[in-house]
Amino acid sequence: MISRDTLDLLIQASYFLAVLLFILGIKRMSSPVTARRGIRQAGLGMLLAVAVTFFLPDMGNYLLIITALFLGSLLAWISARKVAMTGMPQMVALYNGMGGGAAATIGAVALYAGHDYDLVIMGLAVLGGLIGSIAFSGSLVAYAKLEGLIAKTLRFPGLQVFNALVFFGAIASGIALLAVDGYPFELITLFFTLSLLAGITITMPIGGADMPVVISLYNALTGLAVAFEGFVLDNPAMIIAGIVVGAAGTLLTQLMAKAMNRPLSNVLFAGFGDTGGSGEEGPGGTMKETEASDAAITMAYADKVIIVPGYGLAVAQAQHKLWEFCERLMERGVEVKFAIHPVAGRMPGHMNVLLAEAGVPYDHIFDLEEINSEFDGADVALVIGANDVVNPDARSKKDSPIFGMPILNVDHADNVMVVKRGRGTGFSGVENPLFFADNTQMVFGDAQEVAGHFIQGLKSLDG
Amino acid sequence: MIELTGFLALYIVMLTAFVGIEIISRVPVILHTPLMSGSNFVHGIVVVGAMVALGHAETTLGQVIGFIGVALGAGNAVGGYVVTERMLDMFKSSKGGKA
Repeated sequence: MISRDTLDLLIQASYFLAVLLFILGIKRMSSPVTARRGIRQAGLGMLLAVAVTFFLPDMGNYLLIITALFLGSLLAWISARKVAMTGMPQMVALYNGMGGGAAATIGAVALYAGHDYDLVIMGLAVLGGLIGSIAFSGSLVAYAKLEGLIAKTLRFPGLQVFNALVFFGAIASGIALLAVDGYPFELITLFFTLSLLAGITITMPIGGADMPVVISLYNALTGLAVAFEGFVLDNPAMIIAGIVVGAAGTLLTQLMAKAMNRPLSNVLFAGFGDTGGSGEEGPGGTMKETEASDAAITMAYADKVIIVPGYGLAVAQAQHKLWEFCERLMERGVEVKFAIHPVAGRMPGHMNVLLAEAGVPYDHIFDLEEINSEFDGADVALVIGANDVVNPDARSKKDSPIFGMPILNVDHADNVMVVKRGRGTGFSGVENPLFFADNTQMVFGDAQEVAGHFIQGLKSLDG
Repeated sequence: MIELTGFLALYIVMLTAFVGIEIISRVPVILHTPLMSGSNFVHGIVVVGAMVALGHAETTLGQVIGFIGVALGAGNAVGGYVVTERMLDMFKSSKGGKA
């Protein structure tokens, strides 16, 4: 039988090793060559940390722990295996929200149990509870928005005031918890209710286009919440891993915001998708509609076609069909290039994953800086399932909510073909004058079906 | 147990934050999404804390909240891992293309 002291030493050593594996893992994940080894290492660290936790002193409720572990793991495993690559960003949001929720429950258990902590530890428990709750409910809203479960961005007059009230109410009840003697049940409950509500009200007004940045921010926040609750439990593995993720996540959030040219303050506090508010008109004119087969023939006789894929392409699972169409175009001697906006798909690097999946070779894919000057010489720019990232208003219209975001200058091409499901506005809810431009033709329909019609159109030329 | 209190804790936080910033400071855009997912997995360590909270919970309320916490934490860890690994596997297949 191992003595308690030896066992404690082994547990601490295992936590140490787990943290080392986490840090090495994240380090390796920032290079494509070693990334897969990195996640495996981090996974090993996690298994080790969970296993030794069973042997901590004075633990009980083993059956409950094992049941909960089993349930949570099983549901996450099934959903993570099932989800398509297009759904990755919202899945990250969902699992991140779970982590935030878990951090909040640690704070809740500690507070409801009413241990006499010193003020600093109690403050950290409350802070972790606040941040964890916000990350939990906020991430769930982000998940629901990207999954299309919430279509509308909620806005009403005085919304910002209401948001501020909820948010500061949560903070005030947290401070009250620290100030009063004992642990009043009602106050703890009020604090957590307001914190959860704050996550919802903060996230609801944010438009879908900004969601990746928000998800990344909540990821960093969850890391911090985990670290704070680590102090409460005196668990160094949680403290270090949490702070590392908090810091790394904050940097990643800034990188993403920079890629989209959206300062974080704008993302969080400017209702994205508000049209100036001064009752000015949307873009005038009408959209010119064309048949897919006609569009295909135009492209067949072009010298150079630049394709701008967006999230809609991925949703329709049209990458493979589109690539087949491109191969046929190239057989006819047309030069075909793909232009990738930094946030094509749902976040930086997402579209690269999706095109790689469809077998598009690297040397056909260019990012914004590389290709933006080439639209001037292109006969056709084919926009398929993208909207906000090709909106010229971002360059010129100062009061547009997307003003300042770098966009792909598709409007500089001789002809613009836009494949779009319907006539509605894009993800941000902003009108796009590109659709009304003289050199733009709209092809309405599901991206995969349209790509199929494109192929048919080319075949009719050979027939 | 090591007591992490007062300034020692602050030093740890400060140094750890620098480590976190340093290890991802030069990451290519192509890896942003997997890296975010990977760091999301790492804070799944919260499951350990939730286990401790549930393991020490004595009231029914504490056990219910703790149970939810462990299930959520496990979901964070397992879901985060699987999603990250699937994404990174994708990048392997793209190496066939001419970079």
